[in-house]
Amino acid sequence: MPEVLTAPLAVEFPFTRSLGPVQSAFLTGLRERTVLGVRARDGRVVVPPVEYDPVTADELRDLVEVAPTGTVTTWAWNPSPRRGQPLATPFAWVLVRLDGADTALLHALDAPGPDAVRTGMRVRIRWAAERTGAIGDIACFEPAREGAGEPAEEAAGVGAGAPRVGANGSRRGGEAPLRGHNADGQGDIPAGGAGGAGGAGGTGAAEAAEAAEGTGAAETTGTTSTTGPGRTTGSPGTAGCPGTAAYQPQAHSGQFGEPVTGIIAAARLDYVYAPGRTQSRYIQGLAERRTLGERCPACRKVYVPPRGACPTCGVATAEQVEVGPRGTVTTFCIVNIKARNLDIEVPYVYAHIALDGADLALHARIGDIPYDQVRMGLRVEPVWAEGARYPDHYRPTGEPDADYDSYKELI
Amino acid sequence: MSNAATAKEPVAVVGVGQTKHVAARRDVSIAGLVREAARRALEDAELTWADIEAVVIGKAPDFFEGVMMPELYLADALGAVGKPMLRVHTAGSVGGSTALVAANLVAARVHGTVLTLAFEKQSESNAMWGLSLPVPFQQPLLAGAGGFFAPHVRAYIRRTGAPDTIGSLVAYKDRRNALKNPYAHLHEHDLTLEKVQSSPMLWDPIRYAETCPSSDGACAMVLTDRAGAARAPHPPAWVHGGAMRSEPTLFAGKDFVSPQAGKDCAADVYRQAGITDPRRQIDAVEMYVPFSWYEPMWLENLGFAAEGEGWKLTESGVTALDGDLPVNPSGGVLSTNPIGASGMLRFAEAALQVRGRAGEHQVDGARRALGHAYGGGAQFFSMWLVGSEAPAG
Amino acid sequence: MSEPVRGPVREVAIVAFGQSEHVPDSSETSEVEMLMPVLHDVLAQTGLAARDIGFTCSGSSDYLAGRAFSFTMALDGVGAWPPISESHVEMDGAWALYEAWVKLLTGDADTALVYAYGKSSPGDLREVLTRQLDPYYVAPLWPDSVALAALQAQALLDAGLTDARELAGIGARSRGGADTGPGRQVVGPLRTGDCPPVVDGAAAVILAAGDTARRLADRPAWIRGLDHRIEAHGLGVRDLTDSPSTRLAAERAGAFDAPVDTAELHAPFSSQEVVLRRALRLDAPDCAVRVNPSGGALAANPVMAAGLIRLGEAAAAIRRGDAHRALAHATSGPCLQQNLVAVLEGER
Repeated sequence: MPEVLTAPLAVEFPFTRSLGPVQSAFLTGLRERTVLGVRARDGRVVVPPVEYDPVTADELRDLVEVAPTGTVTTWAWNPSPRRGQPLATPFAWVLVRLDGADTALLHALDAPGPDAVRTGMRVRIRWAAERTGAIGDIACFEPAREGAGEPAEEAAGVGAGAPRVGANGSRRGGEAPLRGHNADGQGDIPAGGAGGAGGAGGTGAAEAAEAAEGTGAAETTGTTSTTGPGRTTGSPGTAGCPGTAAYQPQAHSGQFGEPVTGIIAAARLDYVYAPGRTQSRYIQGLAERRTLGERCPACRKVYVPPRGACPTCGVATAEQVEVGPRGTVTTFCIVNIKARNLDIEVPYVYAHIALDGADLALHARIGDIPYDQVRMGLRVEPVWAEGARYPDHYRPTGEPDADYDSYKELI
Repeated sequence: MSNAATAKEPVAVVGVGQTKHVAARRDVSIAGLVREAARRALEDAELTWADIEAVVIGKAPDFFEGVMMPELYLADALGAVGKPMLRVHTAGSVGGSTALVAANLVAARVHGTVLTLAFEKQSESNAMWGLSLPVPFQQPLLAGAGGFFAPHVRAYIRRTGAPDTIGSLVAYKDRRNALKNPYAHLHEHDLTLEKVQSSPMLWDPIRYAETCPSSDGACAMVLTDRAGAARAPHPPAWVHGGAMRSEPTLFAGKDFVSPQAGKDCAADVYRQAGITDPRRQIDAVEMYVPFSWYEPMWLENLGFAAEGEGWKLTESGVTALDGDLPVNPSGGVLSTNPIGASGMLRFAEAALQVRGRAGEHQVDGARRALGHAYGGGAQFFSMWLVGSEAPAG
Repeated sequence: MSEPVRGPVREVAIVAFGQSEHVPDSSETSEVEMLMPVLHDVLAQTGLAARDIGFTCSGSSDYLAGRAFSFTMALDGVGAWPPISESHVEMDGAWALYEAWVKLLTGDADTALVYAYGKSSPGDLREVLTRQLDPYYVAPLWPDSVALAALQAQALLDAGLTDARELAGIGARSRGGADTGPGRQVVGPLRTGDCPPVVDGAAAVILAAGDTARRLADRPAWIRGLDHRIEAHGLGVRDLTDSPSTRLAAERAGAFDAPVDTAELHAPFSSQEVVLRRALRLDAPDCAVRVNPSGGALAANPVMAAGLIRLGEAAAAIRRGDAHRALAHATSGPCLQQNLVAVLEGER
């Protein structure tokens, strides 16, 4: 059996997340070193604040400010931090019930070792030096002396490896809401059929979407504004006793200057893709410029590319059959929009080609003929480029066109 | 049936809700988006979260929002805590499949009242990206979604001899219908047939104005049993038949123009609903038409027209809002396309029609309506037929 | 919740179960190549052909595969021609079984094929699972699945509900007593012995109703009750030492109506078995339940299939005559957020 192939596959995209009112207030508050929670109808204070009550499903909007100090409710020692986690050195994951809150928030605790951590210990927020309106504005927690209330000073250099959220800090001075975050999100522009029915093998049509919308996502999120917080009843320092569990949360309007209404959440996952035995055989055949289909032992149909199973019989295909190289165009379309990452001049013809000996068509580009002269039934053959895995395109063979009846079952 | 099965509980749609669909709902979180549709469905049914016994949620690939199994995070927003919650994913047909899974919970008497919901917040990423994650060793895809479907449209035209203007008639009709639907994404007040016909040819034979948009949106329904329907404040829509059918993505002998799975699915629904002449017995159709030419193609696939004749219904105005078989009175997928929710919107709009609650795009006297969804490589189908009267028996 | 208790209107049983070998790296086989032999196995057990199946439902995750619509390729292994009545959940296959069970209860089908598969080896599972978390406040911190389970384990230790010795014992028992020790610390307090091996695998089950089940199997494993419940998502709003959703699902499934003799618990971490045993009252002094005779998820945890495998293993124990009334459990989400419980019985 030939060696199976593997290749790295990075799945990476910066997701643009709109926040809604409660999450917007919370993350904007973090930028201002203010921690907000939300009060449920029964009086519980939920921190971090959620939009909907986890118990009753009530919509929650009644914001309160809680202390930047709290108590560890449980913890876990992380001896080997991983990519994206809040600290690059060994740390403890902690659930912390902030003073004034009834629920706990998940974050990291910077501690010298597991012996320095225990459930019930007092901790306080260490703010990130640069805050953008994201959960990473809390660099981490750090141990606090009992009763010590003041939040830690900004500590530069912590949070190495912090997630790249809210990192795009561009803003337009003084304007709110920020560009790209208009409240109703109206954008009545056709986007060119992105997705259609969600086709397997169908790429989205967002080339057209981008052409139509004219802009990429105009995400402007975190800012480093120093606009003051919009507390409604003074500061927590005067209203309660920050740093103690008896701290009374204070009502808060949730209003800040230049609210953060969205975050950009970069997310990269790395995979090692392995197509399996059958496709490996097919790909290795292509390296010799041979197109190897596989025959179903039950229905005798020849599949190309083979996928390991006859999809109508549900049995493994194994017998290799060389097909082509010539074939017949069964149907096609003329592509007039340039696909991203593809260096093909438009217009070009994207065709379904039934290779001789195959029982279904594969898809390829037709070249070496004016695009408007391509027709169903055209006889074609592959044109290989040096070092390419697949034929660059197919070109006319000069044979007479195939009769419609000879290929109509393959459309 | 080899077993003496108990008769199924009749299933009624008593609440329908949807968001205003737009390119990007930047004012809400993902939870806020689904909540909006769910709240409207509950309000329509005059029910509260406590009345809901289970939640069935659907959407297309998780990569669109970059949240794996987002129902876990959405449980709180949808009042599902302490209840059963199921997450369905059957590609583009998922909105319809999700509703059918929810309906079965009622039909099987597992639950009395169920909330079902489907959504997509495509603005969180980019559908192009989500649908075309690079796969090593594979030849780069040479065209977008339109490039996947356009060759099948050409094959349809070749088979039937349809005039090449049919697609533009569908697009113009659906976009005009959307003007009567306040929730529709596209409201193109100054659209003319000439503008459709002169819009750029993207994937010949598909023009720009004949393709669906990319939307943020959600749709929700409250499904209930006979007792629940009796308490409902507004007329219910009764489910007379529902079915799903799947066939492989690619196979020797696959008919992309009129897939067998679609024909079988429709036949099953009609059998359940006692429909023998769909063209005459069905009053309105909400079918999944992401590219305009799929209207005549599905008219044939669903048995409304003989093979090769579907385009004649479109051309003669039969499928217009004032025709005798209105298709997509809501404006359809061509006007609104939050992918995972698009199928449920078809099901929900069919329900609104027979409830007489479709507003300006109401088809007069609609008593039976078909909701249709499809997905994947034209391989996954889900449909239901709803009626204004409770099913017999 | 106020819904009246609605007993199942139709008897449904598991009549066949099969699973692949669970391997740490399956790069030689594609998903369909891994799955297809398992499907053939369960069909052969019943003598059914694919076209005889009334309904098919599967569970899998695009995030494991790193590709959208990954489930469509697996369908090639089913032989979906002529077209089949089919559905898919983006969940563990245990929930696909639930959907299929409901379908059979409606009377629309007499048999169902349920399958699930997961290949964790292409990605970094601990990292992939962070994408399940609240995308605003939690996922950006990339807290991996072992870290979250460790927070739960520490909460149990703090509450005095378990100790290191018990946790190590669970790990050793699950792996057939072969382990010599708890291993190195992964995320404290969890050690390697407390954590599941990351493997690839597939599983399939055939369900049948009433007399069809009796015809297809000598000793069908009847589903006497099946229910699932979800909890709030945020770890900080939950009592991590308890699993109220498991308890509620068990109540609704009738698990407490009579004693069970066997329990297959989907506890990927040893500490989670402690939580589940308490919620399911398997720790009572007079309780002689065999817990996870299969080894459970600590022996093999093919994500997206491991829950379905618990139902399959419980059914297999009944069909072998090793059990008469068994409980099977599946979980989903961080720290046991969502739980499913089935009660299976042999013919009375």
